[in-house]
Amino acid sequence: MTMRLRVGLALAALLLAGAALVAWLNVRGEDALVGDANSFVATPEQVARGAYLARAGNCAACHTDRGGAAMAGGKGIATPFGTVYASNLTPDARTGIGTWSAAQFWRAMHNGRSADGRLLYPAFPYPNFTEITRADSDALLAWLRAQVPVTQVNRAHALRFPYNLQASLAVWRALFFKPGVYEPVVERSVQWNRGAYLVRSLGHCAACHSPRNAFGATRDSLELSGGLIPLQNWYAPSLASPVEAGVADWSSTDVAALLKTGLTSHGAALGPMAEVVFRSTQYLSDADVAAMAEFLKSLPQSPPHALTVAQIGKDVRAHGQALYKDHCAACHGDDGQGGAGPNGVVYAPLAGNRKVLLETPANLIHIVVNGGFPPTTAGDPRPYGMPPFGPSLKDEEIAVLASYVRSAWGNAAPAVSTLDVLDAR
Amino acid sequence: MHAALRSTTLPRRAIAALTLLLASVASAGSPSQVPDTMAQRMQPCSACHGKEGRATQQGFFPRIAGKPAGYLYNQLDNFRSGRRAYPTMTYFVEQMSDDYLHEIAGYFAALDLPYAPPQTTNAPPDEIARGETLVRRGDGEHGIPACTQCHGAAMTGVLPAIPGLLGLPRGYLVEQFGAWRTGQRKALAPDCMAKVATTLTPADITAVATWLSSQPVAQGPAVADSLARPLPLACGSVPP
Repeated sequence: MTMRLRVGLALAALLLAGAALVAWLNVRGEDALVGDANSFVATPEQVARGAYLARAGNCAACHTDRGGAAMAGGKGIATPFGTVYASNLTPDARTGIGTWSAAQFWRAMHNGRSADGRLLYPAFPYPNFTEITRADSDALLAWLRAQVPVTQVNRAHALRFPYNLQASLAVWRALFFKPGVYEPVVERSVQWNRGAYLVRSLGHCAACHSPRNAFGATRDSLELSGGLIPLQNWYAPSLASPVEAGVADWSSTDVAALLKTGLTSHGAALGPMAEVVFRSTQYLSDADVAAMAEFLKSLPQSPPHALTVAQIGKDVRAHGQALYKDHCAACHGDDGQGGAGPNGVVYAPLAGNRKVLLETPANLIHIVVNGGFPPTTAGDPRPYGMPPFGPSLKDEEIAVLASYVRSAWGNAAPAVSTLDVLDAR
Repeated sequence: MHAALRSTTLPRRAIAALTLLLASVASAGSPSQVPDTMAQRMQPCSACHGKEGRATQQGFFPRIAGKPAGYLYNQLDNFRSGRRAYPTMTYFVEQMSDDYLHEIAGYFAALDLPYAPPQTTNAPPDEIARGETLVRRGDGEHGIPACTQCHGAAMTGVLPAIPGLLGLPRGYLVEQFGAWRTGQRKALAPDCMAKVATTLTPADITAVATWLSSQPVAQGPAVADSLARPLPLACGSVPP
């Protein structure tokens, strides 16, 4: 045997072993597919439970397209790797999941594999859903089966090479996905464990609030420590930081109010979080919201790292102050103290406001440029809103205004450049 | 040495930052009182639609003040449901309940405000004439009903859901026809305006928009209560 042949054979063997390892990692932890679609008969209690869980998991946010039939899919989820289209979850036999067995549905939720064996893209947050219980999975299926069947063929994903290959996805899963089970922490209360389960699994809060690596995988070790939502230019702030969105110092009532009404004395839910409150958390029971609050309040808070804050120049300050007076002070107050309506604070105080002071100015710029309304909820059915200033202010002016707001009234956050504004809008 | 230096300075700076932050929170005054009115709640709309939704003489954005509530609600719902596409509008209404959209529509419908002078002046007389003919008599040969058959003899709209078309910017009118032709704007099916827009020639669309945007509007034009005759086309957005 020549040297070259020997090396070649060794390489081939290595490659085969690698492929076998990847293949094995992709099917580990799978239960046998027992039974067919007919062997699962849902009870009315399961259907009702599933309806509640579908809210908690916000399934409709992706699986119901704007103006489209409920749960019939078709909505595009933009990712850095291309667009993933949500699938039809109605019980249509041909184009939906009407023929799926409960075991196949469980394999999708728990293992991220479709009924036909295809690996699913993690835009479907099975890295989080993997921790839901089999009982909850069955209840969700029970509710989905009770929906109106809609014939709508799934749209093919539009992912770039090599992300469009199942083999690439298999490697990704081998590296970053492991099926999991929620293990209750015995030292913690039942309520805390319920909150942790909701936040980590169905609520899939980490899908936005955890940082992602270059391959789009969220990092467990940095749980809920904040992440830039891909392609949306919104930063989901850290829930583990006292200077971002950590709630360790908030009252449980305030945390519950944010999730149920979208409004707290600290400010309102805007942007992607407004959608979460509108479609999902406002419908959760008081007990579940209290449980989530207990868990979120217990997250270890990392000490804030020091920001380098350079003083803004006199001219910038004067210009920013003038812009603030003309465009912002009427609602946010001369001293950034905010404004209160009948349901509490409706115009956020800007002095000491964590949203304003985030190291990345993306959200502040987004809010100034696009304005917006918090969601309508039972607790805040007629929200006040913020006008969009994108049409009337130049990028330079928005940068100056944002820099002023970040440095006035004792605020101290890095200045915002015109480039930051261009980047974020 | 280096590591020791970092470990002592970093937390100290962090504590300083935190202290500063807490101090600033403490120093902020208490929030001022905000009026509990729809006018205050609807401030964001003025950024584009003008003060109290009455539009501006120069702008692109349509007047919303005084439009029938049914029409305004349909449009808000169209933006929420993707039948109309304008990112800012979609962004504003996508997390709003039906109840609130109805209240918003009712609020702007009830505003009775003066109109700005017409935007279009010095238009070519033959274009104006063609526009007026189409508005008042339509084009029987091509199956185009007169605009007045649906939008009211005075073109000021008909309750509950047909909009008046006077006092709208010309650019806005032309763009709406274009959007209907390309499928970018839709109404509830059957979409009568899509049919009209795809039948009209581009020159006729321009003529209609020119005439509409050149008409002065008297103070407080009344929206008609009902149509004299049934609609010439089936319209999903107008309840039968």
